[in-house]
Formats: sequence, structure tokens, C-alpha cells
Amino acid sequence: MYDFTYEKPTEIASATAILGKDDEAKALAGGQTFIPVLKQRLNKPTVVVDLAKLGLSGITVTPTTVTIGAMTTHAAVADSAEVAHAIPGLAHLASMIGDWQVRHRGTIGGSLANNDPSACYPAAVLALGATITTDRRSISADDYFQGMFTTALEQGELITSVTFPVPVASSYLKFKNPASRYAMVGVFIAKFDTGVRVAVTGASQSGVFRHTAFEAALSTNFTADAIAKIATPADGLNSDIHASADYRAHLIGVMARRAVAAAK
Amino acid sequence: MNVMFEGIGASMRRKEDLRFINGHGHYTDDINRPGQLYAIIRRSDRPHAKLLGIDTKAAKAAPGVIAVYTHADMAPDNLGGIPCGWQIHSKDGSPMAEPAHPILATGKVRHVGDPVAVVIAETRAQAKTAAELLEIDYEDLPAIAAVTDAIAPGAPVVHDEIGSNTCFDWHIGDKDMVDAAFARAAQTVKLDLTNNRLVPNAMETRCAIGEYDAMSGDYTLYTTSQNPHVIRLLMGAFVLHLPEHRLRVVAPDVGGGFGSKIYHYAEEALVTWCAGKLKRPVKWTADRSEAFMSDAHGRDHVSTAEMALDADGTFLALRVATIANMGAYLSTFAPAVPTYLYATLLAGVYKTPAVYAEVHAVFTNTVPVDAYRGAGRPEATFLLERLMDVIAHDTGHDRVELRRRNFIPADAFPYQTPVALQYDSGDYQTTLNKALANIAWDDFPARRAEAAGRGKLRGIGISTYVEACGIAPSKLVGQLGARAGLYEVANIRVHPTGSVTVFTGTHSHGQGHETTFAQLVADQLGIPFANVDVVHGDTNKIPFGMGTYGSRSLAVGGSAMVKAMDKIIAKGKKIAAHLMEASVEDIEFANGEFSVAGTDKKKTIGEIALTAYVPHNYPIDEIEPGLDETAFYDPKNFTFPGGCHICEVEIDPETGVTSVVNFVAVDDVGRVINPMIVEGQVQGGVAQGIGQALLEAAIYDDQAQLVSGSFMDYTMPRADDLPNILVGTETTLCTHNPLGVKGCGEVGAIGSPPAVINAVVDALRDYGVRHIDMPASPQKIWAIINAGAQKMAAE
Ligand SMILES: Cc1cc2nc3c(=O)[nH]c(=O)nc-3n(C[C@H](O)[C@H](O)[C@H](O)COP(=O)(O)OP(=O)(O)OC[C@H]3O[C@@H](n4cnc5c(N)ncnc54)[C@H](O)[C@@H]3O)c2cc1C
Repeated sequence: MYDFTYEKPTEIASATAILGKDDEAKALAGGQTFIPVLKQRLNKPTVVVDLAKLGLSGITVTPTTVTIGAMTTHAAVADSAEVAHAIPGLAHLASMIGDWQVRHRGTIGGSLANNDPSACYPAAVLALGATITTDRRSISADDYFQGMFTTALEQGELITSVTFPVPVASSYLKFKNPASRYAMVGVFIAKFDTGVRVAVTGASQSGVFRHTAFEAALSTNFTADAIAKIATPADGLNSDIHASADYRAHLIGVMARRAVAAAK
Repeated sequence: MNVMFEGIGASMRRKEDLRFINGHGHYTDDINRPGQLYAIIRRSDRPHAKLLGIDTKAAKAAPGVIAVYTHADMAPDNLGGIPCGWQIHSKDGSPMAEPAHPILATGKVRHVGDPVAVVIAETRAQAKTAAELLEIDYEDLPAIAAVTDAIAPGAPVVHDEIGSNTCFDWHIGDKDMVDAAFARAAQTVKLDLTNNRLVPNAMETRCAIGEYDAMSGDYTLYTTSQNPHVIRLLMGAFVLHLPEHRLRVVAPDVGGGFGSKIYHYAEEALVTWCAGKLKRPVKWTADRSEAFMSDAHGRDHVSTAEMALDADGTFLALRVATIANMGAYLSTFAPAVPTYLYATLLAGVYKTPAVYAEVHAVFTNTVPVDAYRGAGRPEATFLLERLMDVIAHDTGHDRVELRRRNFIPADAFPYQTPVALQYDSGDYQTTLNKALANIAWDDFPARRAEAAGRGKLRGIGISTYVEACGIAPSKLVGQLGARAGLYEVANIRVHPTGSVTVFTGTHSHGQGHETTFAQLVADQLGIPFANVDVVHGDTNKIPFGMGTYGSRSLAVGGSAMVKAMDKIIAKGKKIAAHLMEASVEDIEFANGEFSVAGTDKKKTIGEIALTAYVPHNYPIDEIEPGLDETAFYDPKNFTFPGGCHICEVEIDPETGVTSVVNFVAVDDVGRVINPMIVEGQVQGGVAQGIGQALLEAAIYDDQAQLVSGSFMDYTMPRADDLPNILVGTETTLCTHNPLGVKGCGEVGAIGSPPAVINAVVDALRDYGVRHIDMPASPQKIWAIINAGAQKMAAE
């Protein structure tokens, strides 16, 4: 770790002020991604702004929405009976991230700001069509994700919360990378009265994406059979020591069918 | 009084766990010496390159930096290179190629991780920052990682002075006899297979602290080692040229070794040398990424195996050709692993009358490869036990009956194999029978059908193995190329009031020696378990020793304790005879008491000890005071644990994921001192075996970059990857050591991998699969299923 200045503001305005005026200033949430990066000296921030005292954690559930503060930990989402009731797939997703230690430190805001192509939350946010609220605006999920490790956030812009519409049914199925246990292929299915949205994480070179062929088929017939014959093209999918693009393409189908069968 | 049984055979709780579980273990990195400096090693990020120059100016000027050293700075001291402890001779009688292995690279770097320079600073962070400021001028060279690339014509040469990548080209067995048997065989079966390269990944990464006392001229090295005396010998005599009395090596609590902490590593010599130069202690601690590229790796063989059989399935001859990866330099035991720890085991548990094996060891641009839990025997066992199932597959013989038909029978011991070893004892039918019973082998078809109903492919696989451990008879290994003796040393100190301290030259780094040895000594001397303590890991406390590896600690180290106790008892008898006015011949020792035969006169060992230390009424003209004896024990032979492992898996055909659902091990490890510890050792070994079979692989790309260089990519087995592992033992005693013990540290890792792969292949039998190399990853299995499904669809 290189030396840096550490700040722990109590007002969002002061946090964004520090972050806004210095390109090398960085926000710190749960630190589960950022601290390993610092330890490996892959990042050399001037100032680290800890978001812990900004009052950004908490979960609010209404009949139509679930809003989760940016600093809410994965464990809090996984353990919330209200979330489990409203969007079972979301609570299940949070319960499958990393291990106990990671879930008790890592946050939804950190995960979304980072937008790791193998992260789980982006699949839920995109499939559910959530809205990301920042210190200055609201961003729709379809606009937010812009490729791996790239988002619509501006320098110094802070996520404050994420609002998910409550679907009719949802589920998340994850094929874990055998080593890291991040998603090698993760599929989130969200069924609304208006149609079905399907998002895939872990698989693509350009990060989380919507599977429009599955969406069209499932919107008319919400059964695993409806997508059994739809092949996912391997073009543009990741290939690494654990999974070729072909294998990932195949797993997308398997995970999606299982997710449909498990949706509730 | 309620006396709990705590002698040989009792599952005593591990004494050492009190401190380990409470976080009070004291590891090398927990040690901080006054005035300590920190070393950071700048390592090559190039697999193969000329080292044209190193600009140290900016690094030397960085805050907190005390010194920066490169090979050029060390050269004036005429230090030795890192020595190799074993010399193999090629078929033509020439000695193996033994290239220089400098502490810091000179001329060329030969693998990613090769140490190039060291920065010493007041803090670790300062040293790290300065190390980044070193400017290293490289000229990249083409590199090779795979053994098959190393022997290809025109391959880049790792050590120019050798002219090729061959370290040695060795053989064992009777080639003519094998060729003749193949010529007349009714059938032959051939299998090509690889044994995957592994990264040991002990939980504690390596650490070393060098210290120099300018007043006495004494050096101390604290290090994460399995054998502090060996490090003192190698580093003192061959590298730094320090006499033993000036060099103390301490290996305190060590958090796992699995072989990777046997070897003398450059960092140990480096911190000790730096401490002498700077007159301040110097500490180096590897981080995990550094461990991946600097701890010796394991396995990495490419082999062909061929068996000649007669018509009824009796083995006539085995022919094996193996290419073994040595990595970029020779690590301490490296040449012994694919030769005397591997090819000598190729008879296995079978009475194959002729065996011939050729082993071609090659250098590559990879981390050095050396012994890793099992060392050579897992490679031999995987080859043989895969071959058994392939023979059964190709010839139609039942895989259990094929093994039974060819087993060395229980009444054939001692059994001389055609590849040098003489097995002293074993009973392979019995371990097989018990394992078959424990897993309910005969009911497997019903379990397979039930799994099929759930859409799962269930398979069962068997492995029957023998291994050679308890290393080793010094004279024999000397003939085989070892450059040291492999005896063990024990010092038993009976204190004046009868408690005992045992000083052992073996080293415990997870095995529970402090418990097993205390149990052994308490049992033999007839004193309470609580009254015995075991000391290990410090060359200033322990007379000598060769350390812990090759499942030798009990068989060799424990036998040394028995010999030392024999001396204690013999001396005690003389003292007892004097005290009780009897003749020595009439004194008997049992249950901690010396008694005069045929009388009720007796003295406890405590009373005898007190007399020995307070010799007022003592045969002082005949014997010395004190009750403190040392013994060196050189084993007469290797020991030969064996047994049977059976694994049951279920495969999800849609994803290719394999779950191990059932695992049974029945091992013959000789006499068992502590059944709980044996069970844990076997389970740990099996966990590593399952890891090798299904999960782990050190993968280099074709540029010789280590792709699986962190836990993000290297799949370590986790608790939820493992089934309940049911461990059973069946005992035949070792015939040549006083305890009848064989060793249990490695059997799990040796027996299990082929059982797992055999189960996977069995699960996939409807897909026309004959063999799968390790690790049988989901991707690999899915590809097989997918290809099979496409073929079936086409037909
Ligand atoms: C061992 C391990 C296993 C893991 N497994 C998984 C897994 O299976 N699935 C998965 O999805 N993830 C996994 N993770 C990642 C984990 O979920 C992290 O918590 C997450 O990626 C980052 O969240 P954080 O709160 O720790 O953010 P930090 O690491 O603190 O920050 C990450 C980045 O986001 C920025 N940031 C943080 N908060 C905000 C905000 N509110 N507004 C703007 N920018 C912000 C930071 O500046 C930084 O650049 C794993 C991590 C580890 C260490």
C-alpha cells in the first residue's frame, strides 16, 4: 500500500467535494475490492474517503419497490426477511457473494461502482431494471453499465442508493468460478406483469448484458422449455483457463433454465 | 483413581492445539528482533531473459533504504550457489547436469519469480517502494514451460552451458526382460497420461530472519523449515561457508509444509548474509503471490505406460517412459523425486515380474519442482491405478478381479520387486476387502440407478496402492545418489523428579508430534502423558536431525526415541540393582517400575532418576550420574504403507460438475500410536488428492507466464468441495523397526487421486471415455459429454 490521506466525512457534500476536486481521490466502501487493490499497489490514491459515516446504509421496502442504501452490506441484504419476501432472487444473490467476511464488509454501492464483469449484483440491477441514485441524479440500469469496470458514474459521483421495482417472480442462479467463486456465469431472471427481463453476468467481455432472445421467449411462455432450444452465441464471451466461450455459452442456457424453474 | 488410557493406541487430544486454536502459535513472522530491517526481493517478471544491467541508484536513494544488493555485490564473498542434495546418473553413466543456482540471478533470469535484487529498508513499505525503483534491463529470450516443448528440436535452452534442456536421462529395471515379455504377450495395453503440476500453498507463507551477533560472530536464522539441521548443513557448509558452531537455525511453529519447506531456499541464505553485512537483523516474509512463484512446485510428469498381459489377465511386464519437469533450477531433492521415489514404486502392489522405466528430467522456464506430499509415489500410483482401469476397460476384465489376480499375496513377504525395493510386509487383499465392504461396493448399481433418476451420472473408482516412506537407510540412499545420511536423532532427558523432555531432530508443522511422541515415550517409560514434553526445531537445543518429510518422523525419529529409551532403561537397571542390592540381570522394567524378579522390591523411574541426579548412594565408580541419553537411528529399510481408496462421484451432465459423494480409505500404516491423528493425516492427504484430481493446476501459458498465480485462478480445495472421508486401518507391522510403524503422512495424497479419476471415468462410461487427465474440471467433463452427445446424436 502506498501512503495516502484518510478522510471520514459525515456529510455527503463534503465527501463529494473532496472527490470532485481531486482526480486521484478515491471512495472507500467495504474495501473488499479496493483494499486488495491497494495492497497490491495497483492504485495510488492521494486521499481515501471512507463512506462509512454518511448514513448510506439501510433497506426500505414498499409494496412496489425495494430501496437499498449504497453502504448496505451483502449480509444485511441476504438476511433481510423483507427483501427475501419482496424479491427472493435478490436476497439469494446477496447470500451467495463471497464468504462470511466478504458479505459482512462488502456493499452494494461498492459492487456496482466497481462493476466487475464477474460480480453478482449487476445481474440483479439490470434484470430488475433498477434505478441507481447518486448524489446528483438517477440513472436507469440500462444506461448505467457501460462495459467491464466501466459505468455512467462521473469522477467524484457517489452512489447513494439503488431502487428495485418488485417483480412478480425472480431468481438468480450462479455457476461459480471454481477458484474465485465469483460468477463464471450468473443469470438473473425477473418476471414482471409487463414482461420478463434476463441479465447475464460473468460471461461477457463487455460485462453484464441482457439476454433479449430469452426475454422474448419467456415473456410469452415463462417455462424452462421455452428457452431450451435457444442457443446463446459464443461470440464476445470470455474464454479463460476455467471456461471457454463455448462452455460459457452453454452454461448461460443451463443457468437460465434452472433460474426459470426456481423463480418465485 | 480414574486412570484414563493414554498410551499407544489412545486418541489423545493434541497438546499443541491449545496454543494453535487460541491464536498463540509462534510462527517465524511473529518473531521480531531488535533493530530488525526488512527485505523485499525484486523478482523477474520475465520467464527467460538476458540480464543486461540493474540500475540501483534511485532505489538506494529512496527513504529508509539501508542497502540494495545484486549478484555483483555478493560475488566478492565467493558464496556458493544453492546446492542440490541428490545426484542422479544417466543411462550412459554420466552425472546429471547440475547448473549453477545463484542466490540472486546473474547473466540470465530463468523463470518468473527468479530473484534479481534485494532491497533492505527500515520498514517493509519503504523496501517495497524502493524495489519498484530498481531499473532492470532485460533482453527477452524465447521461453518454454512444458516438458514436451523442452525436448523439442530447436527448443530454447534454459542453461546455455548444458547445451540442451536435459538434466538426466535415467532408467531402472531390466529392459531386455520387459521387451521379451511384450514380444510374447497375448495382449498389451497402453496409456498416455500427465500428472498435473501443483502449487503446495501451505497456509503460512515462507519467512526468514537472519541475525548476526558481532560480539560472538554467531549467526542465527529463523526460518519456516521442515528440517532446521539440514538447512544449517546446506547453508553453512555449501553457501555461506559458516561452521556449524557459528550458525543456529530455528524453525519455530510452522504452518504447514507438505514438502515445500524442506528445501534450502535462496532467501534463507540472502537474509543471513545481509544480516552479517549490515550487522542488523533482516526479515523477509513472502506474500501469497510471491509464494506462487518461489515455493517449489510439485508433480508435473508426462508419461506413457504399457502393460503386457497373458490371456487370463496376469501381468507379464510393465514399460514406462516419463518426462519430468525440474523447473529452472534443481531444488534440494528434485532429482530423487521422479527416480527413486517414483520409478521404484512402479511394481505397485502387483507381482509384475518385469518392469522397465525410463525417466527423462528436463529444465524449463518454470519455478523449480520438488517433493510435494507423496513425492513421486502419487505419480507412480496415478499411473498404475489408471492403467489398471484402462486394462479392465480394454480387455473386459473386472477391475477388482484384475487387481486381486495380480496382487502380491500376503504370504509372499518379504517381497523383492523388479525395481530395487524389498517390501517387508503388507496384505493388500485385506485392505481391499475392508474398503469394498465399507463403501458397500456390491450395492453400487442401485445407487447409480437412483442417481440416474435424479439426472446425475454416478461412478465409483478404486485404487490399491503401496508406497515407500520412512526414509531412509543411509547406505542405500548413498548408493542411489543422496548426498546425506537419512537417519534420525533423539535425545531423551529424564529430569531429576521423573518428568521427561524429548529432543527430536524431526520437525512438526501440523502433524501433531508433540502429542504422538509424548504418548510414545510416556507409554514406554510408564509415566503420565502430561509429564512428557517434546522439543523440536532448534539446532542449538537438539543434537542433530534430518527433519520431517517422507512420512519418516515416527518410523525413523520414533525409533531413535526407542533406542534412547533403551539406553535409559539399561542405565536405570544398573542404578536399581545398586539400590535394591540385586544383580542387574535380575532387574525387570515394566510400567515405569524397576523390580527385582521374583520379589516385591521395586523402584519407580522417578526414584531412579532422582538417585541419578543426587548420587549420594550410587555406583559412581561404574556409571556416570544423570539420566540423559541420545540415540541415532538409521533405518534398515524403507517402510511400505499400503491400502485401498474408493471414491464415489456424481456428475451433473448439464454442467460437467463433479461432486465427491462418498470416500473410503483403508490404509495399512503399521502400528497406530494415536488413531485420531492418523485419521486426520489421512483425511488431509485425501483432501489434497481430491484437490489434485478435480481442482488444482499450476498453469503456464506458452510464453511460460504463470497464469494460475493467485487464488483467483488456482483452485484450492475448500471444505465444501470435500465429502466425509471415512478412514479405516488394517495393520501389518513393519518388520524392521522397533515399533512396527510405517507412516501415515502421505498415504492420503498417494492413494486418492486415481480413485477419484477412476470414479469420474466410470461415471462417464456411457460416453466412451477411456481416460481423463487431472484435474477433471467441469469444463473438461462438459466437453467430453458434449462431444459424446453429439456423436450419439449423429449415430
Ligand atoms: C474473497 C472475495 C470474494 C468475493 N466474491 C464475490 C462474489 O462472489 N460476487 C460478487 O459480486 N462479488 C464478490 N466479491 C466482491 C465483493 O462483493 C465486494 O464487496 C464488492 O465488489 C465491492 O464492494 P465494497 O463495498 O467492498 O467496495 P470497495 O472495495 O470499498 O470499493 C470498490 C470500488 O467502488 C468505489 N465505491 C465504493 N462505494 C461507492 C459509492 N457508494 N459510490 C461510488 N463509488 C463507490 C470505490 O471507490 C472503489 O473503486 C468478493 C470479494 C472478495 C474479497
